[in-house]
Amino acid sequence: MSTAEVYLVLGGVVTLLGAVRLLTTRDRLAQVIALNVTGTGTVLVLVALAATGGGEPDPVLHALALTGIVITVSVTGLALVLVRRLDREDDGG
Amino acid sequence: MGDVVLASLLLPLAGAVAAAVAPARRTVAVVTAAGQTVLAVVLAVTVLRDGPVATAPGGWEPPLGIALRVDGVAAAVGLLAAVVVTAVLAHACASPASTGPATEPAAGRSAYWPLTLLTLAGLQAVLVAADLFTTYVALELLTLGAVALVALGGRGAYGPALRYLCLAVLGSFAFLVAVALVYARTGTLTLDLAAAALPPGPALTTALGLATVGLLVKSALFPLHAWLPDAHAAAPTAVSPLLSALVVKGSFVVLLRVWTALGGDAALASVLAVLATGAVAWGGVLALRAAALKRVVAYSTVAQVGYLVLLLPLVTPALAGGDGVAVDVARTAWQGVLLVLLAHGLAKAAMFLAAGTLVGVAGSGRVADLGGTAARAPVVVTAYALAGVCLAGLPPSLGFVGKWALLDAALTGGRWWVVAVLLGGGLLTAAATARVLAATLREPGPGDGPPPGTPHGREEAPGATALPTPRAGERWPALALALLAVVTCVGSAWLADLVLVGAPPGVGG
Repeated sequence: MSTAEVYLVLGGVVTLLGAVRLLTTRDRLAQVIALNVTGTGTVLVLVALAATGGGEPDPVLHALALTGIVITVSVTGLALVLVRRLDREDDGG
Repeated sequence: MGDVVLASLLLPLAGAVAAAVAPARRTVAVVTAAGQTVLAVVLAVTVLRDGPVATAPGGWEPPLGIALRVDGVAAAVGLLAAVVVTAVLAHACASPASTGPATEPAAGRSAYWPLTLLTLAGLQAVLVAADLFTTYVALELLTLGAVALVALGGRGAYGPALRYLCLAVLGSFAFLVAVALVYARTGTLTLDLAAAALPPGPALTTALGLATVGLLVKSALFPLHAWLPDAHAAAPTAVSPLLSALVVKGSFVVLLRVWTALGGDAALASVLAVLATGAVAWGGVLALRAAALKRVVAYSTVAQVGYLVLLLPLVTPALAGGDGVAVDVARTAWQGVLLVLLAHGLAKAAMFLAAGTLVGVAGSGRVADLGGTAARAPVVVTAYALAGVCLAGLPPSLGFVGKWALLDAALTGGRWWVVAVLLGGGLLTAAATARVLAATLREPGPGDGPPPGTPHGREEAPGATALPTPRAGERWPALALALLAVVTCVGSAWLADLVLVGAPPGVGG
């Protein structure tokens, strides 16, 4: 098993762990964090896939990973706003 | 013509920015939507006459650039989106309460206009994206716009919005991994080239499986639908139609493209057939049983997504290199399902607008409290009934034409279970509509009617003692959409030709 393949499997495991936590937890902040863990796992899979071909890593997959990160950041922002509003609702505000 | 494609993408985006900063938000939004309708008509006519239009802005080809392509499906759904958004914005102009509760923070209600245009831009981007990565980005744009729109519902809508966001993004991650797998194996992001370069095997099955699951979460196919009724019912009146009629269609169109390009998978197709049947049955039964009017309409969307997904098992034999009969079945089913998709878009938008208005008129969201609304809001109830006729697939309506074609495909292909699903689903939809209509026709009993204080979701003139009736501007957009859903059966041959333009070769495009 090459290094890239190890990372590929690792990325898959991280993605799966994040997804399971996201679907099972009721804690809202934990959901947002789990979403980010899933995103990190996905990015790991992408970067590992870029390296599996042998030779130079493929920059296009790196560009996909970067865009994925940017989108995850904006999604996290929106999710945090919703979590804050929900918390304020719970406080009766 | 490439410029028109680009314009159809940039116009709603520019409109969204302008509506966010300009003082005259409504005017900007309505003018943008009207302009988008004109562009969509031009594109549809061009595609029908000259075939698919493709362009790459700046001359950059993928993977570095962005490739755009308008085929028949994109043109038809784009036209649907522009028409629905225009009608819904007209409704929102007449009824400020339909864009969210007045208790929202000041930014809440005014955010409706730019967010609607952003969602329209996201959907248009999904439709015209020709490479997989642009598709991923566009899907995320669509999701973000839709989630923010749900959150405009205020108290009670934040929870469903967060759930929708988490699940939709999870689906996107699955799709992103699928895209990366396809690229890593083939070195191209263009779907057609990738499909030609990807031999059947574990890589193709994994990519197809991931993309299918991810996109079906976003399209809310049973049993991945749990987020939809909450989100669509909690959203404000002028938002629910956009979500049900348009947003779920974006991910479905992508699924259709990925599935047909990658050749489908017989085993996965059997699973999808079971799930689609489950969706029609489950959505139909829950629509019949739901206590809240908006949930009745939302569960009906769950059932309708089932009809759409029926297409995948029906085209799979033809994609696998079936004989002439298989191709015939696939082509008829393709036309039928896409007509059902367009019919559902128009009818469901009308139905959600009507339902939201009826909730305001009745002063309660429960079906049981609708008594007397038929007398006070006859036009709105008529719109609801017409939309129900179209959704149930009764003649004469666009829904009927679509279901008839689907039935024809099922009979030709010997898929008897599809016939059962179509007939059973139609009966359930008709029953759910009849239940609501019966409730509106009842005499209001004691305890019915608006509760004291401001009726839910409406602004009443102070001191008004008369029972509320809908404003003029709240009646006509819903009725116009419902009428359109019925009378477009006249031009359905034209639409059926349009959706075949640029369809995959296995489907006879």
